[in-house]
Amino acid sequence: MPQSLHYLKETASQTAGPYVHIGLAPKAAGFDIYKRELGWDIAGPNAKGERIRIEGSVIDGMGAPIKDALLELWQANSEGNYAHPQGGDPVEEGFRGWGRVITDFTTGDWGVETVKPGTTLDSRGRPQAPHITLWLVARGINVGLNTRLYFSDEAEANAADPVLNMIEWEHRRATLIAQRSQRDGKPVYRFDIRLQGEAETVFFDI
Amino acid sequence: MTSPEQFYQRDWSIHPPAYSPGYKTSVARSPSYSKISLDNSVGELTGPVFGHSDIDAGDNDLLTNFAQPGQSPIGERIILHGRVLDENARPVPNTLVEIWQANAGGRYRHKKDTYLAPIDPNFGGCGRTITDETGAFAFRTVKPGAYPWRNFVNNWRPAHIHVSVFGSGFAQRLITQCYFQGDPLIPICPIVQTIPDPDAIEQLTATLDLNATIPLDTVAYKFDIVLRGRRSTLFENRLEGN
Repeated sequence: MPQSLHYLKETASQTAGPYVHIGLAPKAAGFDIYKRELGWDIAGPNAKGERIRIEGSVIDGMGAPIKDALLELWQANSEGNYAHPQGGDPVEEGFRGWGRVITDFTTGDWGVETVKPGTTLDSRGRPQAPHITLWLVARGINVGLNTRLYFSDEAEANAADPVLNMIEWEHRRATLIAQRSQRDGKPVYRFDIRLQGEAETVFFDI
Repeated sequence: MTSPEQFYQRDWSIHPPAYSPGYKTSVARSPSYSKISLDNSVGELTGPVFGHSDIDAGDNDLLTNFAQPGQSPIGERIILHGRVLDENARPVPNTLVEIWQANAGGRYRHKKDTYLAPIDPNFGGCGRTITDETGAFAFRTVKPGAYPWRNFVNNWRPAHIHVSVFGSGFAQRLITQCYFQGDPLIPICPIVQTIPDPDAIEQLTATLDLNATIPLDTVAYKFDIVLRGRRSTLFENRLEGN
């Protein structure tokens, strides 16, 4: 036997199941236990940049909305810095850049308020178009799915984005672009995630 | 500012495949196409930072965090403790660990759970804590009960506690389930058996830890969690084509 490397093995993932709300969003499960539930304010009151709303649904392979999903979002502030000691320059006080949201038990829709993130650099120093990293769990999803949300009004930056350009099938890049519209004078983006079938969302192994 | 180190690529041989027909719900919820592999950029290498202002000291005690004063939930009192480590066996300090579970009768406090076992008025079923400098965490709770679920006509979930962990970068984000040593339902559970590697299932099984029990009071189980490790820079990386 050659020498052992002594690395540990990552703990295997298991589905979050239908009752994920108990642990991560207990009010949605139907009870109030914590003084503060986490993840409901992504940007905080002091964040600079454009205030936006993002809405969407998560659709299964039969075309039905998933009503027991939970998403987490991780994003830079409007200047491209993450709220992390190695995430760039300091961010505004109260800016977290992280949020979690559930799909509605009746409609399957989700929605968050945040600010539009700025440009960040990839590992080779190339600019990446503004985007939000998304992580999705639900009953029936064995390992949380990673994807990215880009913005339809950033066409030029999206066309130069190294990650979007790595997707060989050009028509699939569109699955990562949230579509901007206006409602009551405010910007709203629509981002539907399709788990399977025609127009399946691009997921990443990060 | 130095950029955080990249993560080791995930070893998919220990994780359940998305499409696992024995777990029927996965069939319509599993992507068909291959995932696109990404070099980690700062958005994957960093992740949210949590502190003690986010949680309260008693949040990790499920025996008291929802109970009426002077009362406690029904069931076998247990301590669930362990460490969060990475693949390099280094501790993962100051990371958020959240758990949720059924009560001792196998019933969840959730508006969508209709199992006939009763709700326990003194049990919420969730807890959270932040690991210390050595990566250690501990919860006090009751051992959850097994319960039936609709998959095949007669499927039972082994006793389990759901566990959510962050790590220091978003690419480490993990949700899993902790099972208990000796449970005969483990080998016949379709959700457990989505995991192809028997050793990986053993790694999800908490071990009775007599040394950590409180005599005449609470039994203890040990459950360590391993997150992805980061590369260390031995030599500068010269990227392909550069």
